[in-house]
Order: sequence, then C-alpha cells, then structure tokens
Amino acid sequence: MHPKKHFKCYAVVGNPNSGKTTLFNALTGLRQKVGNYPGVTVEKKSGQFIGQHGEKIELLDLPGSYSLNSHAPDECVTRDVLLGLRSDTPRPDRILCVMDASHLERNLYFITQVLELGLPTIIALNMIDLAQSQGIVIDVQKLSQELDVPVIACQANHQETVLPLKLALSRAEINRSSWAQKLPSPWMRAIDGVAAVWAHAEEKTSQRDPLLRMKSLLLLASPDAEIESLSKEMRAGSALGIALAQRSMLDRELPLWREVLVSARYDRITELCQAAQGRSSVASDAMTHHLDEVLTHPLWGWFGFLGIMGLMFLSIFVIAAYPMSWIEATFGFLGNLVREMIPQGDLRNLISDGIIAGIGGVVTFLPQILVLFFFIGLLEDTGYMARAAFLMDRVMSKVGLHGKSFIPLLSSYACAIPGIMATRTIENAKDRLVTILVAPLMSCSARLPVYALMIAALFPKGTASIWIQGAIMMGLYLFGTFAALGFAWLFKKTILQGETPVFLMELPPYRCPAFKHVFLQMIQRAEMFLKRAGTVILGISVLLWFLASFPKKPSSDARNGNTPSQNTIASATSDKAAQLEYSYAGHFGHFIEPVIAPLGFDWKIGIGLVAAQAAREVFISTLAIIYHVENDEEHPDSLSTTLIQEKRPNGTLVYTPLTCLSILVFFVLSMQCISTLAVVRRETNSLRWPLFQFCYMTGAAYLASLLIYQGGRLLGLM
Amino acid sequence: MNLSLCALQPNEEAVVLELPKEERIANRLREMGLLPGTTIVFVRRAPLGDPLEIRLRGYSLSLRQNEAASILVKKREV
Repeated sequence: MHPKKHFKCYAVVGNPNSGKTTLFNALTGLRQKVGNYPGVTVEKKSGQFIGQHGEKIELLDLPGSYSLNSHAPDECVTRDVLLGLRSDTPRPDRILCVMDASHLERNLYFITQVLELGLPTIIALNMIDLAQSQGIVIDVQKLSQELDVPVIACQANHQETVLPLKLALSRAEINRSSWAQKLPSPWMRAIDGVAAVWAHAEEKTSQRDPLLRMKSLLLLASPDAEIESLSKEMRAGSALGIALAQRSMLDRELPLWREVLVSARYDRITELCQAAQGRSSVASDAMTHHLDEVLTHPLWGWFGFLGIMGLMFLSIFVIAAYPMSWIEATFGFLGNLVREMIPQGDLRNLISDGIIAGIGGVVTFLPQILVLFFFIGLLEDTGYMARAAFLMDRVMSKVGLHGKSFIPLLSSYACAIPGIMATRTIENAKDRLVTILVAPLMSCSARLPVYALMIAALFPKGTASIWIQGAIMMGLYLFGTFAALGFAWLFKKTILQGETPVFLMELPPYRCPAFKHVFLQMIQRAEMFLKRAGTVILGISVLLWFLASFPKKPSSDARNGNTPSQNTIASATSDKAAQLEYSYAGHFGHFIEPVIAPLGFDWKIGIGLVAAQAAREVFISTLAIIYHVENDEEHPDSLSTTLIQEKRPNGTLVYTPLTCLSILVFFVLSMQCISTLAVVRRETNSLRWPLFQFCYMTGAAYLASLLIYQGGRLLGLM
Repeated sequence: MNLSLCALQPNEEAVVLELPKEERIANRLREMGLLPGTTIVFVRRAPLGDPLEIRLRGYSLSLRQNEAASILVKKREV
C-alpha cells in the first residue's frame, strides 16, 4: 500500500466556479505540482503550505464537481479519490470544502454529500464579500452548527482573509460531521441491505461505516447502464446482486425513488438556508444582470464578442510576434557564437544547427502560449468564457461540439499548440478529444509563409491583382476551417459517437479577475509545455538535423578549401544542397517520389515535405537550399522566381499552377508539425491519438491533392 | 396553464412539473436543482436562439432547447 505519510493531506473539493482553485493558489502559492491522473485526461494538482506549528500540510485540488453521483470524467475522478478507489492516489485523510457564499443552496448539495463520507472536514465559506454586497447575511455559526463541522468565512482573492483558514487547517483534531441525509424508509432499507452484504464481504468494515453507506447509496442510484461498471470499480462483489434486487424493490415500493433521493436533500438544504441566511435563494447580482443585458444582447452581444475575440486573436499574432522575433534573434546569435567558437565539424553543427536551433524552436512557442493563457485566465476568471460558449453553442452544436470548443479552435489560427492546450476548459472528454483532433486543421501562422510563397509562384509578377491573391489566401483559411468542422462532425458521428452529453452549463456571475491566479496559470502552462512537450520537440529536432546532415558527402570539405573567395557563398549553398541530397533526408525524398508523383510533386518537394515535419515554415528554407537560393530578406522574391523556372528532366515546368495548388491544398490539410503531435501526446496521455491524427490528416491531404492534380490534368489544366 | 419550458418568454416565472423521460437527462437536471416543484425564471435565449438561460435556486443555468423542450412547466402569474 501507500507509504505512511507524516503530514496531513487535505482534498480540496467544491462546485465549479466556487473559487476553489483560487483558494488553493492562495494557500499554496507556487509550491504546486501539476500532473495528470493516469489513464484519463484530467489534471492532477497538488500543493503544500506550512501550518501554524511549522508542519507541512498537503493539499490536493480535485476537479470541480456538482455531485458525487455523477458520470462526467472529471467528476468521476473527484468521486473516486474521495472514495479511495484510485490506486494512484491515496484516499485523503481530511477534506477542505470550498463553498460559494453567494450560491449557498446549490453548493450545499455537493457539500452535504461530501460530509456524509465521514472524513474530518472543514468548510471554507468563500466569496463572503460578494455575498455581503448582494445583501446576503449568512449566520456562519448557525451554518457550522447545522453542518456539524467548522465553517470559516474567507475571500480567496484577499490573502489576509485566508489566514484564519490556515489556522483551522493546522488543527490537530477536526470533527467528523454527523450530518446524515434522511430518506424514506424503503430507501433506508435498500441502503441497509446493500451495506450489510458489503460489510460482510469485507469482514473488517462495519455496516454503519459512512464510506460503505455512501458507496452503497451511489451504487443503488447509478444509471442502469453503469451499475455494473461502477460495482466493478468499487469492488462491490456480491453486493451488486443485492443492489439490483433492492432496486426492483424500490421500483415497487417507491416508484419515484430516484427523484426522492435528490429532492429529499434539496428540501433539507432549503430549510438549512432559510435558517442560516433568512431565505433560500437570492436574486442575481445587479452588475451581472446589467452586463448580461449587453453582452448576451442579440446585437450588442456580437459586438462585444467580436471585440474581445479580435483583441485576443490580434494579441496572439501581434504582441507575441515581438518576443518571438527576439527569441529567434537570440538563438540565431547563439548559433553564430558557437560557429565562431567551436572548430568546424559535426560537433559544431550538432550544437548550432541541432541543439540550439531545436531549443529555439521550442522556446518560440512560449510567447503565444503565455498571451493566450493570459486571456483564457482572464475570460474564465471574469465569467465571460461561459458567455462566449453561450453565444457560440448553436454554431458548434451543428457539428456536434460544445460552445466551449470555439476558443481553442480560434486560437489554433495562431498556433495549434496553445489551442490544444486551451481545450482543458472543455469538461466533456469526447468533445475535448474531437477538438484536439481537428484543431491543427485551422491554418496556423507557420503555414502563412508557405501560402505566400506558393501564391507568389502561382502568379508570377503582375499576372494577378493583389485582390485575387488575397482571395486565394482567404480561401485557404476557409478551406481549413470547413475541413476542421467537417472532420469534427465526422468524428462525432463515427469513432467518437455515443450519447450526446447533456449540455448544462452554469453561467457564473461576473467577477473581478484575480491576477495572481491568472499569472500563476500562465506560468504553469508554460512550465508544463517546456517540461513535457519541449523535451520531445527538442529530441525530434535533433533527429531531423541528423537525418539532413548524415551520411556526410565525402568530397565537400576538400573542395571547400580551394574555392576562391568571391565564390564562397555560391559554393557554400551548392555544397549544402549536395549534402542535403546525399543525406538520409535526401534519400527519403527520392524514396517517396513514386508515392508523391501522382500529386505532381518531385523528389525535391519530397525533401521539403520531410524537413517540414519539424515545422511547416522549414519547407521554405529547405527549398531555398535545394534550389541554391540565398534565402535572405533583401531578395524575398528570388525563391519564387527560381521556382517558376524550375523544369523536370523531361523539360516541362515543375511548378505549374496545378502543382502549386496541389502543394497548397496539401499544406492546408496535412499534419506536418512534430511539436503539435508532442503536445497532443501529452494532452491525450496516449500515443494512439497523435498517431491517428497524423494518419487522418496526412491521408486527407494526400487524397485532396491527388484529386486536384489528377482531376486538373483530366480537365486539361496544367 | 401547462407548457414546455421553451415556450416561456423572458422574465416569466414558472414551476417545474415534469422532467424529460430520459433518465440520464432527468438525473442531471435534478442534481443541478431542477426538480418538480422548483420555481424557475426564464431569463433569455442566446442570440442565435439556442441555448436558453434560466435562473433557479439563486444561480443561472444554460440548457439547450432539445432538453428544455421536454421539461413541462406551469406558468406563475406575477
């Protein structure tokens, strides 16, 4: 079993939007660890703080949950940890419940379920300031008395109000609540029956054990389709048979038994709320009411939405571009420095072109990730995220997705990596996976230079107006977008079908964002990207460098020494081209030529496609090397001019309009980004999904290009 | 007057009478506090007509027309 811990461990639980994570951050600061629960795509967050007596106290932030009797993947993790069913996470010995003071009634539904688990529990009555500003006066003492556990009022966004909570968490002994939900007698008998058999099977457990009784209740209440899998998970054994029998008894004696289970709890909560705050529920706060009048208005709502999304999108593009160019410059400088300091040879090339370029390739993604997560943190903290999903849900539901898929897809126009990381806001596992799978179809900024080059090759100078070129560019973006939505629809209909989840989303009140929380999230995302995906990306960059540099072309060094000085540049580029052709990557280009020839591609384009696996824009620098063009900023057009003159061995042009179009379509659809695949592997916790993604996207790209090229030839276009 | 939740107009108050027949949906709605006898206020429709926003038990919940259509309510005259 698990090694004995020397310090207290609290599970932090609460409803979504109760400020649970903000409070967790306030308590633990930067002493946090973020990981994943094995086997599911749910984030595992734990942290520590030092208690009153200098002792370490550990907190485990469990996913926000509305009920223990729930079947969404996130909520199942919370339930399983609390019931001690997960082998990777020991059952916590104490619980910290976070309760939103301005939504007492709904919060108490879950909290009272948790109290019945019989663990020492403390309740943090969070957002007490907001409740007060809405005129809600809560009798904290009364609440504590009724629930039979300490209740401590606090504001997670104000550090000083968290202190009393820290003191309470440091207590040596904490009460176990005696709260027990009374149910009509058939229900009580059913629970007794299951618990008795279960206790007998487990020998050491008493049938009055609160954990066992809660497990029995959850087993009895589970949906027909899930009772067997739940019983297996809980290791109920022979208790399953009894549970099934008791359910038929309930069907006979208490036809509305499922409804009664919930309504009995809510009835008792309503009474409790009336006792503790003088009324059961409260009206919405005025600010939220007024803001929603505008932000979800049929006309003004769209202006607000477009404004906010536009600002976010532009920031990713424009603001992130500055640090990205600094990062590129820094790594370029470092590469040059190495080239000057280390004598020529493989080691120098490995360090400058493999490792430094690889690290640079990883770090350039950081600005976009930071900017996007700043906005996402802000949108989530203020409550606008739910409104954006509310506005867009109709559109996304047409392809079977949730309104929350919109922001990850929009972000993917800048870069699929932050976009895929942003899918963490989607609770439903299948929707999240579909969004991850189609996100790279949104044309990212790395495709832009390729689009620009091919459009330039499509229309040599002066043959088409800027408007036509712009229209084609726009067409490519639209094509990618429709492909993403089309594939999402297809996946929801086929491989990821299943019951459409019930779409129920809370629209939380608007709140002032806690910037500490927003920045912490930015840092965590960046750290996670660097640690988990960064290492893979770096490794593969080095591998691709190796494939393009080895085996060595024998004669190049000797010739280099004899070249007259004015020809060094030209000969260096032709050396590079010869080396590339001679390398494994070059061999591979030749090797795949028969496969890509039907698309109108020759082996040189093949090498470009292989190299573009590192990142799409590498396609251009590779072509520049192959065609002996100095790819510098002073002659941006030189490459496209060279391309359109390039001929096949039989004398026909390589880059006909049809080939250019075929390349463009290939780039819109195909999966040519190792970094994205590394992030998908990390986010889905599997190799299967990134592999599938690679195959379906590249397959679709191949088919589409084939259709265009061969179709075009049949129609007599060249 | 009994009608579907979808038929309500903004700011109308109603009491829930019946939940959808499908157990999975009904269960989720119940746990979110939408039970027969619960008073709700229809707040608004999303600009594109779907989903809807209702208020119950002091909070705002959005649900799709699909689910709302089979929730039977009784309008409360204010």
